[in-house]
Formats: sequence, structure tokens, C-alpha cells
Amino acid sequence: MTVDSYKYLPRSMRAGYESVPFVDEPPVFAPLPKPLHRCTVALMTSAGFYLKDSQQPFDTEREKREPTWGDPTYRVIPADVRQEQIGASHLHINSQDLLEDVDVVLPIRAFSELARRGRIGALASEHYSFMGYQDRRLADWRNVQGPELAARLKEQAVDVLLLAPA
Amino acid sequence: MPVLARVIESAGIPTVTVTMMPDLAEKFRLSRIVGVEFPFGHSFGTPHNDELMLTVANACAQALEEAGGPGYRLDVDAKWPVPDEIAYKTWHPSEPSPIVAMMLKQRQQQ
Repeated sequence: MTVDSYKYLPRSMRAGYESVPFVDEPPVFAPLPKPLHRCTVALMTSAGFYLKDSQQPFDTEREKREPTWGDPTYRVIPADVRQEQIGASHLHINSQDLLEDVDVVLPIRAFSELARRGRIGALASEHYSFMGYQDRRLADWRNVQGPELAARLKEQAVDVLLLAPA
Repeated sequence: MPVLARVIESAGIPTVTVTMMPDLAEKFRLSRIVGVEFPFGHSFGTPHNDELMLTVANACAQALEEAGGPGYRLDVDAKWPVPDEIAYKTWHPSEPSPIVAMMLKQRQQQ
């Protein structure tokens, strides 16, 4: 099947997304450094997850005051996180299902199963949560958090990153 | 998030992006795109639906194994297990996001 990218988008927003031009930058592609069955995979979501007992929520109060701004920071989520430890701060989606089961956007069980079956080498020991709504320039992600996370992934010996935009 | 994918990939780490809007992801010239026709906020499925989550995860593995260059796209052949009308309504937040509220206010003032 071919996915309809606009099926769940409000009709009034469709034309705006359809008219987004291709980025004026070359495509990116890093080959796998080794066969997938030997790769360590980390997960990333933009659902605004944070650890309730030790991390600050994303700054939705500022976003309410400045609607064109979004908190660009990220949180590190350990692979052995328990559902009850997770909070979600995201003003653009309904987080009810995510707070019932984080694997809806951070599929730790499914990738653990892929590791168990030998399809991937291993699941990383930590994963990453951003809050998906950002200002249109995306300068922080491009210049600060992106490079910072790339360095962290290398320190963690991560071979592949899965991104699951919320 | 496509910007993060591009930064990470440019740093030499392969990425795969699961998205409800694969057409848009293609416009960002990402490396490996897995499309799902799911409501926003549900890239791997419904809560506790481990079979559906594993289907999407397997598609990601397939994308990683098959992609030989940028622009690879694989759409997952899975129907959302909730009627469309309900699925459309339930992904939205309980009140409009600040930017949507601002745009609605501006429209009313015109």
C-alpha cells in the first residue's frame, strides 16, 4: 500500500504541507558500519517524554506565552524505564495512549524482540526524547542538540538511530 | 525531526525514520523512510498491540538492510485498527495548541 501522508491532518493544513519544497541541500546517507545483526540500535521519539522523578518537563509554559517557540532540549530515557516513571509534555497531540504504553512511540519491547531474534545486534542502554513542535528555523536542533546527540551516540557506541516523530 | 535525522546521519550514524507523513520526509531528503498510515502520536501502533509494533519494527529492519542509498522509502501495509472518524478525533489534544489557537484568533479578527 502507499501511505496517505495527509489522512489524519486537518484539511485546512493539507495544502500548506503539500507545498513544502524539497530542501535545498544534498541527500544524506551513512551506510551501516556492520551487518544489522551486529548493530546496536538506539531509539528517539518526539513525544515530549521525561522522567517524572528526576527530569524537568519540557517548557510548555513558555510555548503558551510564545506560540511560535518550542523547547529544543532533549531527555535521556533509560532502556529499562518503567511506564509509571514517564511523563509527557506535548501540546500538539493527545498523550493519553502514550501514557498508557510508551512503546506506542518508543518501541523498546519490539526492538528488544528483534535483538532476541538476532535481527539486530542489541538495543542501546539509553534512548532519547524531544518535544516535536519547534520554531521554523530549527537552528537549535541543527547547531546545538543535533551535534550534541551525535557525539553522545558515538560515545555510547550506537550504530543506528531510529527516529519516531510523534 | 527530519533536521535531527539529517544532522545525525551527516555525522556518520545511519538513521531510519518512521513517519505518518512519508511524503514530507522525502522532501527533507532523508536516508531511510518507513511510512505508516497511523494517527499522529502513534508511530508504532495502539497501546499494548505488540504484534503491530513488531510489524513496524520489522519494516525498520528491512529498510536498514535494503537501503543502498538515500531516498529509500518503505510503506507499511497495515491498517489502523480503529475506525477513521474515531482515530481522527482522538489524536488531537484536548485544547488547540498555542500556535493553532493563535492562528484561529487571527482568522477571526480578519
